[in-house]
Amino acid sequence: MLDGADTPTPERSVDENNTDVIQGTLDMLILKTLSLQPLHGFGIARRIEQISRDVFKVNPGSLLTALQRLERAGWLDSEWRQTENARRAKYYSLTRTGRKQLEAETADWNRRVSAVARLLKAEG
Amino acid sequence: MNPWRQLSRGVRSLFDRSTTDAEISDEVQHYLDQATAAHLARGLSEAEARRAARLEVGGITVVREQVRGYGWENAVDAAVADMRYAVRRLRATPGFTTIAVLTLALGIGATTAIWSAVDSILFRPLPYPGADRIATVWDHGIDGSRLDVTFGTLREIEARTRSFEAMAAMKAWQPTMTGPAEPERLDGQRVSASYFRAFGVRPILGRDFLRSEDRAGAPNVVIVSNALWERRFGGDPALIGRSIVLNGDPFVVIGVMPKTFVSAIAPSAQIWTPLDYDMSEDRAWGHHLRMVARIRPGMRIEDAAREVNSVARNPVAEFPRQPWAALEDGLVISALQEDLTRGVRPALLAILGAVTLVLLIVCVNVTNLLLARGAERRGEFAVRTALGASRARLVRQLLTESLLIAVAGGAIGMAVATGGVGAIVRLGPPELPRVAAVSVDVKAFAFGLAVTTLIGVAFGTIPAIQAVRGDPSEDLQRASRRTTGGLRRTRGALVVAEVALALLLLVSSGLLLRSIERLFGVRSGFDASGLLTMQVAAVGHRFDADGATYRFFEQALDAVRRVPGVQSAALTSQLPLSGDVELYGVHFKPAVANDPGEVRGSFRYGVTPGYFETMRIPVRRGRSLEEGDRAGAPLVAVISESMAKRRLPGIDPIGQRLDIGDGPLYTVVGVVADVKQESLALSESDAVYTTMAQWHYTDNVMSLVVRARGDAAALAPTIREAIWSVDKDQPIVRVATMDALLASSAASRRFAVTLFEAFALAALVLAAAGIYGVLSGSVVERTREMGVRAALGATHRDIVSLVLRQGLRLTAYGVVLGLAAAMVATQALVTLLFGVSRLDPVTYLGVVALLAVTAVVACAVPAWRAARVDPVTTLRAD
Repeated sequence: MLDGADTPTPERSVDENNTDVIQGTLDMLILKTLSLQPLHGFGIARRIEQISRDVFKVNPGSLLTALQRLERAGWLDSEWRQTENARRAKYYSLTRTGRKQLEAETADWNRRVSAVARLLKAEG
Repeated sequence: MNPWRQLSRGVRSLFDRSTTDAEISDEVQHYLDQATAAHLARGLSEAEARRAARLEVGGITVVREQVRGYGWENAVDAAVADMRYAVRRLRATPGFTTIAVLTLALGIGATTAIWSAVDSILFRPLPYPGADRIATVWDHGIDGSRLDVTFGTLREIEARTRSFEAMAAMKAWQPTMTGPAEPERLDGQRVSASYFRAFGVRPILGRDFLRSEDRAGAPNVVIVSNALWERRFGGDPALIGRSIVLNGDPFVVIGVMPKTFVSAIAPSAQIWTPLDYDMSEDRAWGHHLRMVARIRPGMRIEDAAREVNSVARNPVAEFPRQPWAALEDGLVISALQEDLTRGVRPALLAILGAVTLVLLIVCVNVTNLLLARGAERRGEFAVRTALGASRARLVRQLLTESLLIAVAGGAIGMAVATGGVGAIVRLGPPELPRVAAVSVDVKAFAFGLAVTTLIGVAFGTIPAIQAVRGDPSEDLQRASRRTTGGLRRTRGALVVAEVALALLLLVSSGLLLRSIERLFGVRSGFDASGLLTMQVAAVGHRFDADGATYRFFEQALDAVRRVPGVQSAALTSQLPLSGDVELYGVHFKPAVANDPGEVRGSFRYGVTPGYFETMRIPVRRGRSLEEGDRAGAPLVAVISESMAKRRLPGIDPIGQRLDIGDGPLYTVVGVVADVKQESLALSESDAVYTTMAQWHYTDNVMSLVVRARGDAAALAPTIREAIWSVDKDQPIVRVATMDALLASSAASRRFAVTLFEAFALAALVLAAAGIYGVLSGSVVERTREMGVRAALGATHRDIVSLVLRQGLRLTAYGVVLGLAAAMVATQALVTLLFGVSRLDPVTYLGVVALLAVTAVVACAVPAWRAARVDPVTTLRAD
């Protein structure tokens, strides 16, 4: 919308400690993670890092902003729940349109990946 | 995207920022806690875990701001903040804000009002289908003026041309309607059967006239206007086919016109009847018909004019012509709209020009104000830039301020425009056609608003751009007080332009004002004060008997003379300055040597004895018309002074014999002073007077003139009662004092003058404000210089004259420029001037003097302020 949150903020691009999530894939990774079970922000970040075997580090600012955006887009629902240690945490879950979006993004991603793979395999 | 969610979440966080903020903060905190817990679980100590988590998450505030920054509501938030700040800034400088807003309001409002009027009068098509194909046709007068056509001409042109769908002639008709309700004199027209077809309009009820109804001896039929149908007949559809009584005769109503139909040529006409002319009648060759024609689709007015003129120049035996309607010079064809607006076009265009000048001055003034304000605020912007504000942020801030001023100016301007349009409709002169249709033109308003807003945006943001481009440290050091030389020169040039424009407007309105003075200085030829006038008609069959009309008028006049407060009273067939125009050909018999003949005919007055005395028209030679000049007595006439001089050069007019319109011969017994009949501005026409009793027709509509001892207007009701005591069925109309007629005869000029005066005054004030603004700005900038000068021994007088010189130099440049412009531009005013040259030195000198005085006053305050500068304080301050 007016303030594009998709544009990389300076903090993210200069952060050299982490291997950042590949540009534009964060949304898909969040959707995929939440398709398995509802999670809170830290849970999502940790899950992405675990499954990617720490290849990806998730920047909390980017993650929380992305969650806002995806929620506004109608792909996620959110809910405040009590956690085991009696703290309030915001849990996100995938909606039906979110699931469709995930399918579309996955298909699109696969198409791109195979195209890139073909290009790399091609020999002069 | 889910727009509904976008909207609802955005609105929620807009209105409940604290909850949203708390949620974001909770979420970020939770994230940090979780991260800390994870590190603790890996075996780090509490402090180490917290530190590691901080490193991983980054600054809590940064994250919070990042998350918070998402969403459209943030842009709204920023705009609201800008707006708040702008309002605060504008309120901090109420002088600037008020002047800027009012200046804009004046410019936008005045331009909108005038453009609305001019557009709907001059340019908007007339409300008829194919209005651009409606034309009027005129004969050529000897002096080149437009002359009404004769019925003979209409008949021939109609038969011999192919360019027209419909062609119609018309003349005024004012029947008196009698019946169950009180008698009413109606405004109407006698028209050719194809009259409404020429306008492309048909009756909504009943039918149009048939050709067979438009000939002598045809049955009496009328078509009425929608307004008359509603007012007098309750909008009853059964009126069609019924008879109404007009001038004592039954007329069958055959049609009702649509509500939207107004005859552009006779806007007050409410009833129409066929012309009923016949070539066998004398009147068929009288120049007294107006002609309107509808050109065929696809043909241009030029094509039609060519065909008409070729017909006019090639007479055929089948259509014999009279010598005075021989059409040797062809005919004049012009578009109906152009024809209607011919009289007012120069005045309206001049007024439009004047308001455009005002708008220009407003633009210059606002530019000047904004530049001055920008210069004053360089320090502020330097500070903000130094604190990290981006150029976009500053521009947005200034844009908000400019737009705020424009919106406020526009809102007040709309009010000014609405009021102005109302005033034009109410105060507009009666000659202004279609004035009732004038309404605020949204396009004009949008244009004015757009121009001024653009200027505001363009010049309002200059300071921000300069602030970012320049080196802020320099501005910071200079303590924001000084402008660069370039800017000062620009502002000086703007003031020069303002003064020049103001001078142009002042000269124009001065010339118009002098014209009006001259006009009212013109002698009307009679004494207007204390005169009451009204029109009395004698209609109906009771006046069919020989002399009945004359007897009614005699008795009515006697009754009026008996009313207390009436000093004297008389009747006349046409009343000066009332719009009456009745001209006859007058021929001396035997012919007089060196008689140059007539230009356009002589005004013919049938009056009762005592008319000259009541009007106080002085008798120059011979005698006045007397009671003895009755029917049966020798026929006598009195002529006007200029007629005697022009047509009887060096000959004693007394005893000369003349005919009036080929009638019997009258002997001239007296000469009276010239009287202005049509308007004060027109030069004297020839005039001939006979008594009503000796006139060879019977006038059945006469104007009563009453000289009152006291208040003339107050006598009106008693006089009306006196006339009705003779015959209660006779309508009395056009009741007005002579003073009122005199004023309204100059209404059109007065209207133009009033507007010009208003604009010129506004221009003067704006120019003065401009001079004052630039000078006081420059004095503030030069405070230190003044201080140094004072310290070095300059006296108060020296400093005052220094500032005065600066202001007056700018004024002088403006005056020179303005004078040059005025000498060229006043050409556009020539048709509006009367008795004054457009280069009238008195006006020019007066205006220059006025501007000089205004400039001195505008310079005085800054000069005084400069003189009061205390050298010690200023020198210490920097």
